[in-house]
Amino acid sequence: MSNIPTELRYASTHEWVRSEGDGVFTVGISEHAQDLLGDMVFVDLPDVGDAVTTGDDCAVAESVKAASDIYAPITGEVVEVNEQLEDSPELVNSDAFGDGWMFKVKAEDPDEVEGLLDAEAYAASIADE
Amino acid sequence: MNTTALYNAHIKAGAKMVDFFGWDMPINYGSQIEEHNAVRQDAGMFDVSHMTIVDVEGSQAKDYLRYLLANDVNKLQQKGKALYSGMLNEEGGVVDDLIVYHFESTNYRLVVNSATKEKDLNWLNKIATGFDVSITERDEFAMIAVQGPNAQAKAQSLFSAAQKEAVEGMKPFFGVQAEDLFIATTGYTGEAGYEIMVPVARAEEFWDQLLASGVVPCGLGARDTLRLEAGMNLYGQDMNETVSPLEANMAWTVTWEPAERDFVGRKALEAQKAAGHQKLVGLVMTEKGVLRAGLKVIATGGEGIITSGTFSPTLGHSVAMARVPADTDIGSTVEVEMRKKLVTVRVVKPSFVRNGKSVL
Repeated sequence: MSNIPTELRYASTHEWVRSEGDGVFTVGISEHAQDLLGDMVFVDLPDVGDAVTTGDDCAVAESVKAASDIYAPITGEVVEVNEQLEDSPELVNSDAFGDGWMFKVKAEDPDEVEGLLDAEAYAASIADE
Repeated sequence: MNTTALYNAHIKAGAKMVDFFGWDMPINYGSQIEEHNAVRQDAGMFDVSHMTIVDVEGSQAKDYLRYLLANDVNKLQQKGKALYSGMLNEEGGVVDDLIVYHFESTNYRLVVNSATKEKDLNWLNKIATGFDVSITERDEFAMIAVQGPNAQAKAQSLFSAAQKEAVEGMKPFFGVQAEDLFIATTGYTGEAGYEIMVPVARAEEFWDQLLASGVVPCGLGARDTLRLEAGMNLYGQDMNETVSPLEANMAWTVTWEPAERDFVGRKALEAQKAAGHQKLVGLVMTEKGVLRAGLKVIATGGEGIITSGTFSPTLGHSVAMARVPADTDIGSTVEVEMRKKLVTVRVVKPSFVRNGKSVL
């Protein structure tokens, strides 16, 4: 079973969300998702300032195997992107929940995150796959 | 599902296993890109035991193979010399691609693909009607490909004195039986190395010894990116029964002379050659993104399709093979439809990396 940190929230489409305070949330993809995709070769990130709506495809993770859309797990504005991924996309593989983060969103409604899955529910959702 | 003699070795090495046409095979052991780089820079090994080894023996073995194959085994004069060829159907389509090793004019060995095993054996037997040949599958062997600039030296450290002597000075594309091993200077990566047939009973021990001498286990994922960089076709993807060797960058494997030699598919190929046909080219995209099989190609002479595409770990950008209209020139550009937009890519000869270096 993949590592699924309990302090994070998850979308069923494998994005994780970490609260950084002040309504800002960091977004990445789960250990399980990176394992499915395999070696990452490009990550196409949104631009800082982009408005994103929950469910929008706002980034692309491209691995040796496939290109996979990354969906905004929460509505708001992109306030920062992980520029390290430009040169080191493999960080998504080596540290999916840490240095492999993708972008940060200032949420329109910080309470929206409560609607996402908790670790237990996410674990159950990937067990059903 | 079928498993090879090295199944336990794969599990021990932490392989991620996948169903490869009915065989439970390693796709990678962690990182496909690291495995790829190991082969380009040092030495890697692949379990290719799922491939089918077939011996062809008999007084008419040579005549049979000269009729079966588009390439001509009569070119093989030295003992152990190997030849790459397609075997074609009457319509000129590729039934499979294979390597044939020549021992004597009455004794040859073929290595054919695993995905097409049953079809191939049926075809070999069908064409054998009327020839004095016996066709024998040799499934008592496992097969390990050891590839990379240091692969031969590392593999030799496991060889007996007699085996070392047998491979001493062996040129590329030869094979030799030396004691219990059949050792060939062939491969599917664009690097030097060996493909070694080893008795099933000794396979895991041999694999473990290679591991101990620093050879990196590599899965089917790296095998695919390596062969694509090297511009080598994958059966079922870059050609199949509806595609002729002329349309698959395999014209060099069709031996037209002597004109009296009839081979299966010859008439269809001659007609196609006269009428004109599509061709297989390489594509290079240096911007972000990965060219993938199935994407549409738009050239000045019409549409084409990507047959194989990947991110090239050696080059750091995407490369592909595509079947395109005949008038698509090497050095020109075409457009590829990807993710709802058109991207301009460069047309090159379908070969990208050899011996660790870019050939672009």
